[in-house]
Amino acid sequence: MHIFHNTTFDFLRWRWHAIILSWVVIIAGVAVGFTKGVPLGLEFAGGTAVIAQFDKTPTIESVRQALDRNFPNGGENVIVQSYGEPSQREVMIRVPQVGTQGGTSLSATRSAVEAAIRAANLGNFTVVGTEIVSPTVGRDLSQKGLSAFVLSLLGILAYIAFRFEFSFAVGAVIATVHDIFVTFAFLAFFQYDLTLNVIAALLTVTGYSTNDTIVIFDRVRENLRAMRTKSLNEVVNLSLNQTLGRTVITAGTALLSSIALFLFGGEVLRGFAFTMIVGIVTGTYSSVFVAAAIVTFWNRKNRRFAAATAPPSDAATGQGGRKQKRAKAS
Amino acid sequence: MQKNLRWRILITVAVAVVFGLVGVYPIVASSYNLPMADWLLEKQLKLGLDLKGGVHLVLQVQTDTALRSETEAQAERLREALRTAGTNVGGVTVLSSTQFRVDGVPPEQDAAFLQAAADADANFDRSSRTNGAYTFTMKPNVQNSMKAEAIVQARQTIERRVNELGVAEPSIAQQGNGEQILVQLPGVTDVDRAKGIISSTGLLKLTLVEQGPFPSREAALQAFNNAVPPDLEILPGRQDAGAGGGLGSTVFYAVKKAAAVSGRDLRSAQQSLDQYNRPAVSFTLKQDAALRFGNFTQTNIGRPMAIVLDDRVMSVATIQGRITDNGQITGINREEMIDTVITLKSGALPAKMDYIQEQTIGPSLGADAIRAGVTASVVGLFLVVAFMLFYYKLSGVNAVVALILNLVILLGLMAYIGAVMTLPGIAGFVLTMGIGVDSNVLIFERIKEELEQGRPVKTALNAGFGRVFLTLLDTHISAAIAALFLMQFGTGPIRGFAYTLIIGLASNLFTSTFVSRTLFELVLGQQPQVKTLSI
Repeated sequence: MHIFHNTTFDFLRWRWHAIILSWVVIIAGVAVGFTKGVPLGLEFAGGTAVIAQFDKTPTIESVRQALDRNFPNGGENVIVQSYGEPSQREVMIRVPQVGTQGGTSLSATRSAVEAAIRAANLGNFTVVGTEIVSPTVGRDLSQKGLSAFVLSLLGILAYIAFRFEFSFAVGAVIATVHDIFVTFAFLAFFQYDLTLNVIAALLTVTGYSTNDTIVIFDRVRENLRAMRTKSLNEVVNLSLNQTLGRTVITAGTALLSSIALFLFGGEVLRGFAFTMIVGIVTGTYSSVFVAAAIVTFWNRKNRRFAAATAPPSDAATGQGGRKQKRAKAS
Repeated sequence: MQKNLRWRILITVAVAVVFGLVGVYPIVASSYNLPMADWLLEKQLKLGLDLKGGVHLVLQVQTDTALRSETEAQAERLREALRTAGTNVGGVTVLSSTQFRVDGVPPEQDAAFLQAAADADANFDRSSRTNGAYTFTMKPNVQNSMKAEAIVQARQTIERRVNELGVAEPSIAQQGNGEQILVQLPGVTDVDRAKGIISSTGLLKLTLVEQGPFPSREAALQAFNNAVPPDLEILPGRQDAGAGGGLGSTVFYAVKKAAAVSGRDLRSAQQSLDQYNRPAVSFTLKQDAALRFGNFTQTNIGRPMAIVLDDRVMSVATIQGRITDNGQITGINREEMIDTVITLKSGALPAKMDYIQEQTIGPSLGADAIRAGVTASVVGLFLVVAFMLFYYKLSGVNAVVALILNLVILLGLMAYIGAVMTLPGIAGFVLTMGIGVDSNVLIFERIKEELEQGRPVKTALNAGFGRVFLTLLDTHISAAIAALFLMQFGTGPIRGFAYTLIIGLASNLFTSTFVSRTLFELVLGQQPQVKTLSI
């Protein structure tokens, strides 16, 4: 059985469209990020979260009113939302404050939140979970997260440059950075909290995207050795077509797992799964349209990859002018 | 080839059996009450806090306070040395946590001063003389080693206290820049008590009461015209209600800063009762301290003495006669008694600690998370298996066997190295599954291509596995590079994710190439001539 059989799609013809599309998404993401902001998870923003299980589910509005009325300096920064399965009757309340740092007083805010709900007579409830993070933790984490990301990209850059060509490494890393930006854009569109789990997913996407790119580059490398008479653009297009079946099947099965995680993985893993879903889609797209395209741009004037003997056939790429120039140079 | 194949089958079966025994069997056995060796049970994969419920705390060690107390002690020793040597100086002031200054050293006594300061020179850099003053700054290497020591001591003290609390499988580790201590207490629900015990400094002092009790801090300050002498401090305490029972209201005492006996001199502490049959803590002192304490009490007969714990006056009693090696802390309730014994026994913390993160996961929340995680994994696995069988037919069976063996190895290895299963760990499982499928897809697609070019089945298989192995190596290594950095950066749960991923990558490389190929050869080897392959 074949999903794709001997396809001859001209992927490189679409590279400019793809690049414009990517920029549109990324710029829109940045715009949303600046206007609406990217909501930070508790680990990064600091604050107090209380998960309370009620005997009788209260309306979100009533809990919010209770906090507005009884909680000092409440207001718009207070988040109240239902948590987990509706049958669990759980409500998550998040406030930006924490008790003053020093000794054991960090949890003072938690008691204040509990008191506020109790005062509002919303029925019996038990606190099933709390999380309190002082703001210093978040500052620490964002710094480390960024450095881990930059370091892992440098590591991948070095490895691919060692195993392939430097231009391949550049293509793979730019594609990965692209994926991170696009995923961030979608996190901003859908206003998902940036939590540690989401960061883990982002780093996984980094690995996944490079994985995808390497498989394609591997085929390009192999074909370049075998087909010395073809131009780089032709070889890249051929390689993309040869690996298309694998690309789609792998992305498809990874998507299946991620969607299962999104639907059934529960509250804590939802942000993780959402990030994975977006990351898998953009990772696959970028391997085909961004990474490969960058390799062809980079090597436009490189004689090593130019067709050595055969006259250029323009059918595959439609970029005749550019290739003619290269043929002359060689 | 046949002999080679036999070995490969043997290795595959051995791996499946060993990892199945370590990783899967204990889980099955404990849910169905099957017999199992104890050492296997011990190795069983442990659940993380997010799945089991419990308390997760992060403490920041204020290493500065450890440096400050060392600087203060050094300044105090120098003051003492100068007094015994008869050298009169203007004053000794502590400037910061690492600096103190000696003012007004008379020029004619300079040599005597320097001799007295020789002790301080070991750990402090002495500035040159300016206007009769010397500044002592703690040497940078001493600062670093003292900080490191304070953190290690803090961790060990917390470990002892948590063990006294009787928590099963606690986890205490340094994290972050090393000045943070992570404490995980599975199954604990009373956060506030746990926090109190873990971070109370546990510093015991026996010292003279100069004046008091006063009804308020203001009243105490007024007694000294708002200028408390440098060798005194005002501390809160509780009035002893005496035989009447209950505990009194808060009062304030002016006590001597320099303690006759401190926590370091303690030999043991145990629960006891006071003369009114109320809870109390009895303690005994070490030998050299007992001698010192004996002399101290002898010279101060008739004066009130305070027992101070963590800057709170626990009890005040008039010294009736020479006391040598034991004492009693009274005026506490039952729980305070238990907790005080725990903190005194475990020793004092060398530095102050602040809580910077606190998380409690109720057992029901953890159970929900397990259910959700397992459901998601099972659904994901089912979808992927169904697809592989549908798309690759009989060869799909091969892929599914490799995939499941991969998960068995992953479980076994995690159990063996004592890794903890967390929610992000489950996510790591799902991802490993994805990578495993990808490897098989890569190989199968390649075999298909080779078959289409008219190669015989066996040649196609060899070409497929041979070529793709390099690709797999490249993809796995680069994924492992990303995971390694994740591990560096990660706090608990994320590190669990990265662990799972790295182990999964390694076992996947084994199952998708070695095992899968062995299976192909095992099936095809039976037939003399292979014309077609179900793929």
